[in-house]
Amino acid sequence: MPAIAHPDRNFKYWLISPAIFLLLLIGLFPLIFSLVVSFMRISMLETDRSFAGPVNFVQLFHDARLWQSLAHTALIIVIALPVELLLGLAMAYLFLDTMPGRQILISLLVLPTIISPIVAGATWRLLFDNRYGPINQILGWFAGHPVAALWTVNPRLVYPAIIFCEIWQWTPFMFLILLAALSNVDRSLTEAAEIDGARFWRSFRYIVLPAIWPVMSIAILIRGLDLFRIFDIIWALTAGGPGTMTETISVYAYVQGFQQFETSYMAAIAFLVIALLTVIVTFAVRRMGLAK
Amino acid sequence: MTTIPFYRRKETKLVLRYVIALALVVIFVFPIYWLFAISFKTPGEIFAFPPVWYPKSIQFNNYAVLFKDGDAKTVGNSLVLASLSTVFAMILGTIAAYSLVRFKTGGENLALWIISQRMIPPVAIVFPVFLLYVWLSWVDTYIGLIILYTSFSLPYVIWMMRGYIEDIPLELEESALIDGCSRREVLWKVVFPMVRAGLFATAVFTFVFSWNDFLFALVLTRTEVATYTVQVTHYFGGQSNFWSKIAAMSVLGTIPVFITVATLQRFLVRGISMGAVKG
Repeated sequence: MPAIAHPDRNFKYWLISPAIFLLLLIGLFPLIFSLVVSFMRISMLETDRSFAGPVNFVQLFHDARLWQSLAHTALIIVIALPVELLLGLAMAYLFLDTMPGRQILISLLVLPTIISPIVAGATWRLLFDNRYGPINQILGWFAGHPVAALWTVNPRLVYPAIIFCEIWQWTPFMFLILLAALSNVDRSLTEAAEIDGARFWRSFRYIVLPAIWPVMSIAILIRGLDLFRIFDIIWALTAGGPGTMTETISVYAYVQGFQQFETSYMAAIAFLVIALLTVIVTFAVRRMGLAK
Repeated sequence: MTTIPFYRRKETKLVLRYVIALALVVIFVFPIYWLFAISFKTPGEIFAFPPVWYPKSIQFNNYAVLFKDGDAKTVGNSLVLASLSTVFAMILGTIAAYSLVRFKTGGENLALWIISQRMIPPVAIVFPVFLLYVWLSWVDTYIGLIILYTSFSLPYVIWMMRGYIEDIPLELEESALIDGCSRREVLWKVVFPMVRAGLFATAVFTFVFSWNDFLFALVLTRTEVATYTVQVTHYFGGQSNFWSKIAAMSVLGTIPVFITVATLQRFLVRGISMGAVKG
């Protein structure tokens, strides 16, 4: 009974074409469209739609607010990513051996990771409330006097607030991946090293780390990419404020495109972001040895 | 007998680990507890100073308001959009992955191009997609959002399913072909059943990604298909927030995900690390 409807030769194209079509429609088409728009002068507030050349790209280099938003993004990545990684690793070690109710405790710990980031931001907005939120109340117990910190408004506290929320939501993600990776490490190797008198960090450095690195590097890459485009948590907590103090690159691009209606300029920013990401990812993949 | 000092004994270590573990669970779960607690509190309890740590009685008034005003419909919208797009992405992504694995369609370059699509930040494409949707009259429609979520999930699905399909022994498919099955029958009768566990695992995450989306929904929906994530942000105010509504709506939007993940929990790890951890 040979296949008649789809001869084998075309079958493979039938299978893949719907997916490719959708990826072209939602992935590639917008990119090309953006590229064209970024060389024009489109702004929803004006009627001028003429070709502008690289004006928008030149403007990128003179836009202090843009570079600040990149710096804000970098600041969040540089603090949140290592903390999530180290805390996640420490927690993975803590839960590596059996303990009563281990599975239930792990399931509870993973809850923050699966709730929507916008809800995570909203939750912390309520927790951080200066009067009715529990955080200032708990801090007051330790301080011995009432604390009324304005977490989402005070310029010195907004970054701790954002990074707290971010770490709370995504450390469990690191924890879960590293726990799985650590469980796959051959325990007899580390035990043998310990009998030989090797200190913990030495056996970690030369036995455990090489074994978990392939998984750990992918976890770092995924989290790094997500942090680079961080939007929801900030939108819920501060919406980029006070002023533009916590504006990340995604928030800034959104504001330019949908609040200031600078269509062409937003397209140029989008291309800057994609170019930066491509460079960073290529570099990271090479350095981490992921290319295999 | 007692050569091992107290602090190095196995039991002491276990107790210590247990105490730290419980403390961590309390810290990580407390924010979620607080969210649930607020959703059951009366206005008097919400705006009490100092804060009330638990509601005196469980009352559902905060939820009733959401249903009465029709706001709860946004959870239904999220449910429709996330589940339908998950189904479409799983079907289209799996057959595409099969084509990539078995027939090496497009070679390694096509596979790399597909995964690179996942790197694009939503904010970079949301505007041209918006213009495209205005032109197609797809803004604020189910079809528009479902197609968007489907294609945004595809790279992940294809990437994950590629890994699972590679694990299927080739002999199994060959013997089915020899037995007279067509290529299409092999796909439905051999490949799909073999990767069932992988399908579930990938589907959970595809569902959660679409469910959690905020930016696309913020730009591409108005009232008809507004998702619950957008609805939550409507309750934020400059000076005061609608606390009870934020909490109740967040809980409504969180429960379906908790249920989904709890049901399919054993598949979680491989899916979360994009296939890096087998098992």
